[in-house]
Amino acid sequence: MGFSKFKVEINYVLILVWRRLQKELMSLIKEPPPGVQVDTESVGQNLTQWKINIAGVAGTLYEGENFQLLFKFNNKYPFDSPEVTFVGPNIPVHPHVYSNGHICLSILTEDWTPALSVQSVCLSICSMLSSCREKKRPPDNTLYVKTCNKNPKKTKWWYHGFVTHSCDDE
Amino acid sequence: MDGESDDDSIFDNENVDSGNVSSDGDDFAMEIESNISKERQSEPEDYPFEVLTTDQIVQHMIDSIREVTAVVEIPGTIARILLNHFKWDKEKLMERYYDDDQDSFFREAHVINPFNKPINITKPKLKISGTEECEICFQFFQPNLMTGLKCGHKFCISCWGEYLTTKIMEEGLGQSIACAAHGCDILVDDVTVMNLVPDARVKLKYQHLITNSFVECNRLLRWCPSADCTYAIKVMHVESRPVVCKCGHIFCFECGENWHDPVQCRLLKKWMKKCADDSETSTWIAANTKECPKCNVTIEKDGGCNHMICKNQNCKHDFCWVCLGSWQPHGSSWYNCNRYDEDEARAARDAQEKMRFSLARYLHYYNRYMNHMQSLRFENKLYAAIKAKMEEMQQHNMSWIEVQFLKKAVDILCQCRQTLMYTYVFAYYLRKNNQSLIFEDNQRDLETATEKLSEYLERDITSENLADIKQKVQDKYRYCEKRRNVLLVHVHEGYEKDCWDYTE
Repeated sequence: MGFSKFKVEINYVLILVWRRLQKELMSLIKEPPPGVQVDTESVGQNLTQWKINIAGVAGTLYEGENFQLLFKFNNKYPFDSPEVTFVGPNIPVHPHVYSNGHICLSILTEDWTPALSVQSVCLSICSMLSSCREKKRPPDNTLYVKTCNKNPKKTKWWYHGFVTHSCDDE
Repeated sequence: MDGESDDDSIFDNENVDSGNVSSDGDDFAMEIESNISKERQSEPEDYPFEVLTTDQIVQHMIDSIREVTAVVEIPGTIARILLNHFKWDKEKLMERYYDDDQDSFFREAHVINPFNKPINITKPKLKISGTEECEICFQFFQPNLMTGLKCGHKFCISCWGEYLTTKIMEEGLGQSIACAAHGCDILVDDVTVMNLVPDARVKLKYQHLITNSFVECNRLLRWCPSADCTYAIKVMHVESRPVVCKCGHIFCFECGENWHDPVQCRLLKKWMKKCADDSETSTWIAANTKECPKCNVTIEKDGGCNHMICKNQNCKHDFCWVCLGSWQPHGSSWYNCNRYDEDEARAARDAQEKMRFSLARYLHYYNRYMNHMQSLRFENKLYAAIKAKMEEMQQHNMSWIEVQFLKKAVDILCQCRQTLMYTYVFAYYLRKNNQSLIFEDNQRDLETATEKLSEYLERDITSENLADIKQKVQDKYRYCEKRRNVLLVHVHEGYEKDCWDYTE
């Protein structure tokens, strides 16, 4: 008896996650913000992985370039943040983006709140790219890419410091 | 004041965990009490303290909140956040409350000024027949199912529950959970948490977290540092004094270390750091190795011959270990190498000499310190042996009272060892003067007497000679006790008269 109740609860959680992702997906497809486009073919039945294409904004250093973001969601979404990385042939050269696609952005880990969404993450990443003044890799890129965990959420990011994964603008 | 009743309700519905691992009823509980009175006697004035259980800590927290809400008319929930912000310093809170601009006062503590009119966030929300959308699960709810803090951000009740549960269980946050809206730093008060979290286990964890942060940031409280102990000690003012927990652990209130008279917290901390880190390894390297004068590679001499040939294949420099000068002029008459006293070589030797001296000095104190610590650990085994002996004696027509002197002797032995242990830390940092010579004499006397007592207890007592040795043991432990007291009083007087000079 107890077992079946447990199972029902799990399903209930999954349904909530699925429902929220479904709504986010629909609104991104229907009213995408400029330069953001969901690769609908990449979105599987269970909605746990999406690819999103991002176009470099005109008038910025990334004008004319196209990038792809991979979003992975676990069943704690949206209470737990999505795992977001750049994938594909073109990883933006940016002081907060490592050459393996990992992004140093506080809303992806400690500043994440469930009131954020895929759309707001995309917009933050776009504005991070747009505000860039010099195209270069993070100073510790080589070491980080060699030693980091595959999952960027396992990295202890130092958003304001200069140690290990310093991501400060000068 | 509506806040007050709220406060009490947080903790009384649920069974607050006071799962203390009490080691009362332990055989030495009585003796511990007598230790306390001993310690107190040697102190010139009293140092009052209280041992609090988890329940009492919670009560103390509630009382502190009441004291604030009685003066400042704010809800208890906000008072708790403010108190936490001011590290539970009521006076500071009141002072700032009356001195500062109220809006910035509340903003800094991440709460909404309760005297302001409620904020209406006019965020356009999709409304379907009077329902509101929760921005987390994107579902529509009747307004009464949406809730939030005074900042005005509203989410549905189940998303709040899930959000708070994640923060508490995954991130271990207690007092510092902020509103779920992005960029909003308004803190969630405890009543809201208790109302919105559905799971009793999560509520319990939350209570632990806030109790813990209450103790940790309150200067006048300190958790007993012994393993698995859940008591905390409360004092009237912070001072380096011994406090005794109900679990029997005696520690220094100021630093939390074992009671370390006669050395002061500052030097003890320095000492422990010195022992723990690798600074002494580098001293060893400096004292026992030299550097090749040409390529600077570190060399340890492993044979008797002083003609060194650097093993660095690119260097292969020939030099003399003693004077560090080139080997060539030494020729066959090695013993004349004093002649080549170039200034540089002399300086290198002086530095080496200094390092050796400082290492030897450190090791002298360190070995004695460690030795007493080691013995102190063994004395715990001695307790068991003595207990067995006492039981045996009682079967040989001796009364319970008559055999108690044995345990008393072990107690005193342990106290003396502990004091001696810390005298070496004190002595390590002490610069030589007349008083330090007296101190060293006292230390020597105490050490000799303590070793004698230890010997009696470990070896010389058998059931046959018990009656004879009883007098000897009693005399010895009384002497030890007296010597220990003399030593401590002398050091304390030195502190008062400021006659201790330190090497660093």
